[in-house]
Amino acid sequence: MTPLLEVDDLRVAFRRRGEPDTVAVDGVSFDVAPGQVIGLVGESGCGKSVTAMAIMRLLPARGVRVTGSVQLDGVDLLGLSESQMRERRGKDLSMVFQDPLSSLNPVIPIGLQVTEVLARHRGMAKEPARKAAADLLERVGIPDPRRRLGSYPHQLSGGMRQRALIAIALACRPRLLIADEPTTALDVTIQAQILELLRELVRETGAALIMITHDLGVVAGLCETVNVLYGGRIVERAQRHRLFGTPRHPYTHGLLRSIPRLDAPSGEELVAIRGSVVDNLPWEHACAFAPRCPRAVDLCTGTTPLAETSGGRLLRCHNPVPASAE
Amino acid sequence: MLRFVLRRLVQVVPTLLLLSLLVFAWLRSLPGGPASAFLGDRATPERIAELNRVLGLDQPIFVQYGRFLGRVLTGDFGASTITGQPVLAEIGRALPATVELSVLALVIAVALGIPLGYLAAQHRGGPVDIATVIGTLIGVAVPVFFLGYLLKAFFAVELGWFPPSGRLSIDVDATNVTGFVVLDGLLTREFDASLDALSHLVLPAVALATIPLAVIVRITRASVLDVLGSDFVRTANSKGLAPGTVRSRHVLRNALLPVSTTIGLQVGLLLAGAVLTEKVFVWGGIGTLLADAITLKDYPRLQALLLLGALVYVLVNLLVDLSYAIIDPRVRL
Repeated sequence: MTPLLEVDDLRVAFRRRGEPDTVAVDGVSFDVAPGQVIGLVGESGCGKSVTAMAIMRLLPARGVRVTGSVQLDGVDLLGLSESQMRERRGKDLSMVFQDPLSSLNPVIPIGLQVTEVLARHRGMAKEPARKAAADLLERVGIPDPRRRLGSYPHQLSGGMRQRALIAIALACRPRLLIADEPTTALDVTIQAQILELLRELVRETGAALIMITHDLGVVAGLCETVNVLYGGRIVERAQRHRLFGTPRHPYTHGLLRSIPRLDAPSGEELVAIRGSVVDNLPWEHACAFAPRCPRAVDLCTGTTPLAETSGGRLLRCHNPVPASAE
Repeated sequence: MLRFVLRRLVQVVPTLLLLSLLVFAWLRSLPGGPASAFLGDRATPERIAELNRVLGLDQPIFVQYGRFLGRVLTGDFGASTITGQPVLAEIGRALPATVELSVLALVIAVALGIPLGYLAAQHRGGPVDIATVIGTLIGVAVPVFFLGYLLKAFFAVELGWFPPSGRLSIDVDATNVTGFVVLDGLLTREFDASLDALSHLVLPAVALATIPLAVIVRITRASVLDVLGSDFVRTANSKGLAPGTVRSRHVLRNALLPVSTTIGLQVGLLLAGAVLTEKVFVWGGIGTLLADAITLKDYPRLQALLLLGALVYVLVNLLVDLSYAIIDPRVRL
């Protein structure tokens, strides 16, 4: 199947005066097929949100250099003018953000925040747009949607706000939806509902979904393919079952081992990944993860590991976890 | 909303009462008094005592205050010790001039300040921004009277574009209806009078507007910068909305909240600035009344003017609070 989105060698560098560039995303490539759900996983600062913002072209124009290509249906989004991009945003691709309260305009009723997308991209008049907005709110599970059109964000609960944001993002039936930690700011019970809703909606609308999260639990329930990011590069990519079953990269392995499990023998210790992102080595001549890696060998601190693909799995590691382990 | 307004209006009463007491005591604690100021070189202790007795100033201060309050309740603020005219009538005649001047100055400050501030924020760090920031610094730093004389020297004397002083040219025969000369001209269809009055207004209004303008620009700039970085603006952009929609509906509405507070506070400064501006442009308004009253220790007039100033300030800030409730649905009144 031809991919809907092809991200190729995406690089995002933040330039600061008098300092070397900070490279947040360093040659990331991945494809998303129509209707596919993929995950971008990693801890804070690994570049997953910046990747999403670069695809949406929402990064500030000044002080940021984005290179590579992001093709949506064969059109390079990075080559479009700002006004051409505005035509596509919200229509062909859209995004759901992390914090639903701050992501909604506090002084405008929810209804207008939904209808303005419909008016913009579908040219809908006021009344039909209100009708469509009420239907959308109903579809995302907001009770009494007609009345809610007039509500302000502060009058809704956190879960309702996130549902409203999802309704806004899906209003024009985009072919690609990017969800950036959509459940992080919510209660655990609400998290499950929102994930279920997203799963239903992408199935229903046929949209492809890029799920950005640090939570492997979210990935496990939703994504077919999982990309694990570390230090701005993809270190491992595989089908969900293979990744969870036999993680090969020591970072993926560590992430999985640090999740508490109900079926683990009692008394077993949780294994944390030692150190933090600040310990990273530069990718140019080493493996960024080496200082934190339990399997690091001499090679890791002196040579950049290359991304190698075998058997449908991409792996960037000099000394991967043996396939038979665990 | 209505309850809020009523409650706030009721709160005005104790505020003014307390203020009147402070003003009353403070004026009388200043050295000198209306009698010595009035008599000047002819002042002898006997004459001062005599005049003080006539003015009732020989009574204990609480007796004076009691009388003052009693009269105020019947709407009588007493007579000016300078002119002998009832204070309220004097203020009534002077008020339109000052209101006209202040309103135009505020309109200039708001109409220029908000777009300029927005522009500066949008081009942060660019030449427009830097020019605006420097310009506003100068605007705040230059004293009103200095700028007033400068404007007068250049635009009135040198270029002759605008009249140097006064509210109307002598040869213009305008009918007085409301005391607002621009408005009167429109009402009586004497449009030449309106135009003449406007041309008199331009220079003093510009002089008076500079400081509020500079402050509004800076607050708008800071506020817009703040809002531009917020998550909901990112959401608005992620919807692909037209830049104009993002600007007006999402950025500006939120950015205006702190600006509206600032505008309210500026009204107080405007009243203070009016004193200096009126002096420079020989503008027969409240500022002139106040300046004369201070030099000649005109207690009744000062008391009335200070209370009037406080009342205006309180009412304007009530309006600001109401505007908050209109702009921001989270504010419940």
